[in-house]
Parts: sequence; structure tokens; C-alpha cells
Amino acid sequence: MSDSLSKLEKRTAYTLVLPAVLLVFAIVLFPIFANIWISFKDIELKDIRIPEPRSKKIIKSISENQSELKIIYKLRNSSLIQEIKNVQFQDKFPKDISPINLDSRCDFKSKKVICNFGNWEAKYRETFEISIKNNNGETIDKKIIKSQKPILTGKADNPLLTTNFTLENFKKVFFENNFVALLLTTFYFTFFGTVGAIIFGILAAQLVNQNIQGRTYMRGILLFPYVGPVVALAYTWTLLLDPNSGTLNALLVNFDIIEKPINLLGQKYITISIIGFEFKLRLALTTVIFFEIWRYFPLAFLFILARLQAIPQTLYEAADVDGASPMQKFIHITLPQITAIISILFMIRFIWNFNKFEDIFLLTGGASGTRTLPINVYQQGFAVSDIGMGSAVSIVIVMLLLSFMVIYFRLIGKRANEV
Amino acid sequence: MKFKSLTIFLIISSFFLTCILSIWKIMSTLQGLNFNNLNISTVFSVGILLSLSFVLIGNKINHLIKIFSLSFLFSTLYSYLNEASPYWYILGVFLIFLFFTNKLKKYSMKSLKEDFISEKIIFDFITLFGIVFFAFVILFPFYIMLVTSFKTQIALLVNPLDFSLDFSKNLTELFKSYFVIFETYNFGRYILISSAVSIGTVIVTLLFAIPAAYAVARLNFFGKNFLSTSILIIYMFPAIVLVIPLYTLFSQLGLRNSIFGLLIVYTATTLPVAIYMLQGYFKSIPKEIEDAGIMDGQNWFGIILKIIIPLSLPAITSVALYVFMIAWNEFLFSLMFLDSPKSFTLSRAIQYLSGDAETPRQYLMAGSVVVTVPVLLIFIYFEKYLVSGLTAGSVKE
Repeated sequence: MSDSLSKLEKRTAYTLVLPAVLLVFAIVLFPIFANIWISFKDIELKDIRIPEPRSKKIIKSISENQSELKIIYKLRNSSLIQEIKNVQFQDKFPKDISPINLDSRCDFKSKKVICNFGNWEAKYRETFEISIKNNNGETIDKKIIKSQKPILTGKADNPLLTTNFTLENFKKVFFENNFVALLLTTFYFTFFGTVGAIIFGILAAQLVNQNIQGRTYMRGILLFPYVGPVVALAYTWTLLLDPNSGTLNALLVNFDIIEKPINLLGQKYITISIIGFEFKLRLALTTVIFFEIWRYFPLAFLFILARLQAIPQTLYEAADVDGASPMQKFIHITLPQITAIISILFMIRFIWNFNKFEDIFLLTGGASGTRTLPINVYQQGFAVSDIGMGSAVSIVIVMLLLSFMVIYFRLIGKRANEV
Repeated sequence: MKFKSLTIFLIISSFFLTCILSIWKIMSTLQGLNFNNLNISTVFSVGILLSLSFVLIGNKINHLIKIFSLSFLFSTLYSYLNEASPYWYILGVFLIFLFFTNKLKKYSMKSLKEDFISEKIIFDFITLFGIVFFAFVILFPFYIMLVTSFKTQIALLVNPLDFSLDFSKNLTELFKSYFVIFETYNFGRYILISSAVSIGTVIVTLLFAIPAAYAVARLNFFGKNFLSTSILIIYMFPAIVLVIPLYTLFSQLGLRNSIFGLLIVYTATTLPVAIYMLQGYFKSIPKEIEDAGIMDGQNWFGIILKIIIPLSLPAITSVALYVFMIAWNEFLFSLMFLDSPKSFTLSRAIQYLSGDAETPRQYLMAGSVVVTVPVLLIFIYFEKYLVSGLTAGSVKE
């Protein structure tokens, strides 16, 4: 009895879970594995279309009474690099219509013209003609003829499914594209973006957690950058920081804080001298990091605020009795209570910043020293059109991510259950 | 001791006052006022004088009378020391002084003798300063976005600081950018597509997620633990590593440039979060209620439809809103999969607009306002639900 019940339970569970699991598998897990396959292939953007035979149908009248028509088919191989084998052509005609002087490669059977064109090499083109007449001598309706689309079939190899593999892509990733600089930029961006967001998150949470008027409004406003669409926000910032007529530069020049406008998003380095020491700052990267902090500190804020509100008030009351100063209260009560959530936040944000694409892409497009690994995936795959190379970079990202996650679950995974 | 806390009080309160007055000056400059100097030292000394006179007067006169008279006196002094400026600017300065002196209420010569008073003063003013700072830093870009959409490119090139709106013009002139983006750039269509994709994603995600979350929360089956951990791992995986294989796959299947293709991808990427959020809530529903349903002869379909869904409407609302927001804001996949303007979403359309260097910036900003306003409105209206959604689903964005 209970056995059949648990069987039924299992079966129900699988029916309920399966659709979701299959969909996620197809769209999320499968591509991760497909990346491995593609990364070992020498394949470019133009190769991924399967070659297909195409045709364009043009109709011309021959005789005055329009009982005879000439149809021109412009045939071509869609691919510039690959052959199509065994191309078959088929077009259907209304009744009482028959072709005149049909091409030798073709047959006319039961109102259909069927042709065997054999193999088409790459870039193949042909202008193919069929003349038709109405057996009763009546006018042929051009629209009906035009609306019938010819069917073309042919066999071509899918370049993705061949078994030629190469290690070239990985060689290029590691040895040709200044991999170390790329990795360093990614880590700068990730690390400072994460730390900045958490610091500002703590500050904001500490502020809103006090008894001030309108704190619910404040919480709402603080989340605006996080919920707003990235496209709109990134372009607003681009306008704001524009060196020619951007508001920020105009203001700074107006109040004599700087002499000349600074191209905050387009200048790779800026030299700053502090007490005689001169050092170079990665300007565009810093600006992008600030945008990143601006956009994601609200999340840290939200988490830390939730934690702060859960701290028992009695702890602070006891500290007041002991005569603790505000600073002591913060260091000895508040900080220990939020370290767990901060470590979780750090890891989550670290992983997500590491994969950030949109923000940098929209602000600088990866120029002026802001090229990170995710940007590189896009540039290799779509700007340089080397799909294999893009995949290889993706694989590098996945490997790094997996190692982060192992660390995450080892170090903090246990803590996550406590919170 | 008293002298030290008094000095700290004077310096930090004047620093705070200088900050708000500078922000007010910057905002006024953006309304076309011709200020070229922030006069920080002048404002700072005015602040010190004001704070000093405030604590010196102490409780000798009624608080209201005190703050009004002090504010009046000092705004007159301020306008005398500052460049010539219109009345509305001075009125703003007066209100700021009023706000500031009201914040000073709890300080007097007596209170400056308390324990830890210097730290308390610093904490108090850092709090105030922090609120002003955060509000300004966050809202300023949104403000620029909004006002730029009402200006013209030429006006902004002539004076990039003048964002004042001329209400004497008729409304069609003022809203010209909005008319242009809807008429010339077809934004009506993009709004429809974005809404269709987002709402579609919400519906399909819920259809898949509710049964799956129920199974994970309630039923025992082989591989359940594996499934719940893999959900966590899967939603750590970023879109950027999925892009190339999906692009090739979709090209070969002819799913690029189709709303359907976008819908599948959005659903699959939001499903793990949705399942994770929902199963947590489902677990909190008492099992006895379901047992009663089983007694009545309901099958799992009946249980989900008649018991689980009505009881977990708040959680479902948060998931729905959260998924809607993700789908509406999504950019990477729409950039990769859509190349034909016929199937653009709003985000993609704005990016496409910006690709043409000739596009005047007010159109870009009008488009940005159009894509931002719905999300912000939804967020403000449903803040409670969305915040719980954000907290639960934060591992993913």
C-alpha cells in the first residue's frame, strides 16, 4: 500500500519537475557543454549558417494574350564556402498549364516540375527559365503563379558537426591576446567593484537603519539604480561624463575645479601626484568601477539592512548601560553581526561582477583599458567573428567560475545555512 | 572638554551646511543661473557663525522664533556676501537654513558636556550628510535623464549647464522628443514587443516553476537533493558563457530575430530563481491543509490549483514582478539575438539608436525615460513584494 503510494508520489514528482528541468537543461546546461565542443573547432561566424539552395522567382509575359509566360528563377547557393549536394527543385502549377521546351534536367509530372540539379559548389549561381502555356489558350493569372513558391532541397555538411578539432583557439587565448593583462583588468574590476559596493552598502544600511523620517522612501530611492534598466542608466552616465558637453565636466570647469574637461570614459591613464609621488591611475576602468558600485551597492544595502534590523535592540541597550560610545557599539555589536552576510555578499557579487558584460559594453565597449574576459568573449565571437575563439574564452570563464564556486562552498557554504 | 566638543560641533555642522548649500548652488546653476564660484570658505564661515549663535542663544527664546529669525538673518547675510541672485534662489537658501537650524535643535551649551558628545555629533551629522549624499548621487543621473529629454541638442551644446525648462512654449514643443521617438523611431512597437516578451516570460516561467517548486518542496523522489543544489549552481552561471552556443543554435534553427526565441531563453534563465523562491515559500505552508485536500480526493493538480496557489499569492506576486523586471531590463540576449528592427525590444532599440552618432541625445534620453519609467513605477507601487523578491533572488540578477 505505502509502496504504491510512494511510487505514485515519485511519478507525480517527475511529471511536475521534468518540463522545467528539460527547459533549463536545453538552454543553460547544454550550451555550457556545447562551448567545449565549439572551442576546439576552427569556426567563424559566417560558417554557422547551414548552406541552403535559394531561388527568386520572376515572371515575364511572352505573348500578347498572356496565355504564355516565361518564369525566371534566380538560383544560388547561400554559402560562399561550402558545396551543396544533390539539389532538388520542385515547383507546382495550376491545372491546364504545361511547360514548353523543358530543360533536360527536369520532368513534368502531375502539375509539378521536378528538377535534379546535382551538386552546387560554393557561390554557385544560375538563371534558370521555364516557359509555360495555358492549354486552353486562356490568360494565365500571374498572381497565382507568383504566389506559388518553389521548393529547393539539398544536402550540406553542418560545419559544427564535423570532427576536425584544433587547439589553436586556446593557444591564441593564452599566448596571443595579452591574456595576463586581460585577467588583471578583470580582477581589478571585479575586486574593487565588489568591495566598493559592500562598503557603500554598509554605510547606506547604517544610515537607513537609524530612526530618521521617511526611511521607507529612502530605502526605495536607494534601490533605483539596481532596478532601472541598464541601457538607460549607462547612456545617462555616458552623457553625464561626456568630455565635450557633459554636465559633470561642464560643472567642474564652471566652478574652476579643473581647467580642461577630462574624458573619464575614453582616457586609459591619468597621472595623479600626491605629495610628490606620481602614479598612474586607470581612469576609464576606475570610472566603470564607480558605475558598477553605483548600480550594485543597493543590493548589498538591502541585505545588510535586513540583517541590521534583525539585531536585537537589547544588545544596544546593554551597551548603553555599560557606557559604550557609538563607535564602540558599531565595532563590537554591529560588525560581528553582519560579517556572515558580508562574506556571502562578497562571494555572490564577486562571481557576478566577474561575469559582468552589459555595463562595460555600454559605457566603453571595452576600449581604453576596460576589456575584461566577458567583453573579450563578445569581441572575439562577434567583432572579430571568430566563434571558436569566443567559446574558448567562455571556457576559461567557466573554469575560473567553477574554482570560485568550490572555494565558496568550502569556505562559506556552511555559514550560508546559518543565516 | 567643552571647548573641544564645541569646536567639533561647529566644524562638522558647518561642513554639512556647506555641502547642502553647494548642492543647491549646483542645482541652481543647472537652471541657468550664472554662478562661477562655490564660495566654500564664505559659506563655511557663515555656517560657523550660525551654529555658534544657535548654541549661544540656547533656550532663551522659543525654538520656532529662534530658527526663523536666525534663518532670516543669515540668508540676508548670505545674499549680501554672494553674487547677485534671483529671489527663488535666496528663498531656497532660507529654507535650507531653516532645515539646518531645526536639525541643531538638540544641541545647546549644556548638551555639549555630555559623555561621548563629539562622537555623537560626528555620527549625527555623518548620517545627515550620508542621506543627502546618497539621495543626490542616486537621483542626479535620473534627473539629468529626464530634463535632457526635454531639451534640444543645439541648446545643450551652446550651454551644457542650462537645463531650465521653458514652459511658455507649447506642450508639443516641450514633448517633441517623445513625439519623434514614437513617430519616427517606432517606439510604440518596441513597447509592445517588450511588454509581450516580459509578460509572456512571467506566465511561462510561473507555469513551469509552480509545479516544479511544489515537487521540490513537498514530494520525495530520487535526485531531489541533487536538483536543489544544482538549482543554486545553475543560477550562478552567467549569460555571457551561454551566448555563443545559443547564438549558433538559434541561427541554425531560425530562432534568431524571433520573440519566441527570446521568450525561451528568458524563461530558462529565470526558472531556477523562480523555483528556488517558490519552494522556500511552499515549504512554509502547513502540510495539514494539503492533507485535508488529499482526504477530499484531490489529485496533485487540484492541490496545487486550489490550495497552494491561493495560499502563496504574495510569493507568486513577488516572483512574477521579479521575473518581469529581469525580462524587461534584459539586454545581452536581445543584443545578440535581434538584428532586425522589426523585432527589437526597448533596450535593444535604444542601443541601436545610440549606434548612430547622428542621433540627438534628447531622443536617446527620451527613449531611456520610456524604458525606465514603467519599471520604477512598478517598483514604487509594489516595493514590498519586490524587495522580498530581490532579497530571495539576489543570487541572480
